[in-house]
Amino acid sequence: MAAEPERRTPVGEWNRGPEAAPDAVVAEVFRAERTRIVATLIRVTGDFELAEECVQDAFAQALERWPREGVPHRPGAWLTTAARHRAVDRLRRAAVEAAKLPLTLSDPVEDDGFGDDVLRLIFTCCHPALSLEARVALTLHTVAGLAVGDIARAFMVAESTMAKRLVRARAKIRAARIPYRVPPAHLLPERTGGVLAVLYLLFNQGYSAVERWELCAEAIRLTRTLVALMPDEPEAVGLLALMLLHDSRRAARVSGDDLVPFAEQDRSSWDAARIAEGTALLDRVLRRGQPGPYQVQAAIAACHVAEGGPDWPQIALLYGRLLELVPSPVVALNRAVAVAEADGPEAGLALVEALADRLSDHHLWHATRADLLRRLGRSEAAEAYRAAAAVAPTEAERRLLERRAAG
Amino acid sequence: MKYMLLICASPDAEPDGGGITIDQWLAEVEGKRLDGSELASRRTATTVRTRGEEVLLTDGPFAETKEHIVGYDVVECADLDEAVLIASRHPVARFGAVEIRPFADL
Repeated sequence: MAAEPERRTPVGEWNRGPEAAPDAVVAEVFRAERTRIVATLIRVTGDFELAEECVQDAFAQALERWPREGVPHRPGAWLTTAARHRAVDRLRRAAVEAAKLPLTLSDPVEDDGFGDDVLRLIFTCCHPALSLEARVALTLHTVAGLAVGDIARAFMVAESTMAKRLVRARAKIRAARIPYRVPPAHLLPERTGGVLAVLYLLFNQGYSAVERWELCAEAIRLTRTLVALMPDEPEAVGLLALMLLHDSRRAARVSGDDLVPFAEQDRSSWDAARIAEGTALLDRVLRRGQPGPYQVQAAIAACHVAEGGPDWPQIALLYGRLLELVPSPVVALNRAVAVAEADGPEAGLALVEALADRLSDHHLWHATRADLLRRLGRSEAAEAYRAAAAVAPTEAERRLLERRAAG
Repeated sequence: MKYMLLICASPDAEPDGGGITIDQWLAEVEGKRLDGSELASRRTATTVRTRGEEVLLTDGPFAETKEHIVGYDVVECADLDEAVLIASRHPVARFGAVEIRPFADL
């Protein structure tokens, strides 16, 4: 149903002969291939910590050997093999120390007919026996490769707390024998909601932090894989469409290190192929008549990039529908923005003010309120922008808001 | 992999009448279930604490909770998903709760 799964750049292409600096190649392979290599090692060893350590060792080995011996033809495969050898060594040593039977490093997973180790890893990290927070944290760490410190900040807890949470989650996977696999068909529907939520968080992590946009590509790739696996899951298709439609504006959203607001974006730099694919997927899935939150959000995103400018009355309507499906104050805030566009800033501001109790520590609430006050020519606007900048989660957003505060 | 299923229910809970009976469940898990039993009422419980030289005995369960352990089953499963499947079919899971605990790896 989807187009061909997006292919990664073959790692060989980075190896542009002797002029490619080995350090740069290692960094590039690390960025693009680390998750896949870790996923493979977890499948082979059944042990998250061991897998991560062995992959780390393999990269260290590459840094040492590639400058001397040259960059191998397939760096990703070289690293996987090196990490595997390291794991065999360590398991063998552990087996000798424990005086157990020699361990052989066999494939503990029966073939589930689905060859993507990364997808297996996601379903394992998103197992319902783990708390939702543990699922997201583990996915961000193991699949997206985010540092513990970054995840701790996202959850607003101390780094040591997050580190302990991750250790506990991995220990539970091992001790309770949470299976490392894509679940069997009868469990797929109930397991998919959690996976979609985590994939969307992964996408948003990349979308909101300019320097981590490769997470968007990874989230899209994984969602494509999921759609190929479960072509009958409308929300998976909806999420893919949503990501593609957001992603089409990625280049237009930033100028240098700064964020460009929607109204000021250069439409000609939107990715027309992404828009076409996202819209086509959405049209097809909406015809099944089972709209869920991701499909509705994709429809909203499609209205934003529609020819002839955003259709605000339609967007306001769709947000109303979304609010029924997901009664959250953030959705209500987005609806207020759409109403402001459709019916004027006064109508929008009234809806925004009504959310003060629930959203006054959220930067988007302050920023939205500030925008509407500015458009109404009210003097409180500058102060509202400063309040928003003070709680903005990223540097780029903070700068945009401070520019606005200065007028 | 051995799992302990702690079958929990509140004392005044009533079976809901739907679904499979305990006998049907036992037939289903034949070969997977190693051991298990219903337990006598929590009023029969004795709790032991040794503190220094002293052995303290008290009546009743360790802690006051809404749901109490009314029985247990030990099952041998490939992984947690299989244990969840078996536990989810247990009649008490429909009105009480089944806590799944893997045996510690020794």
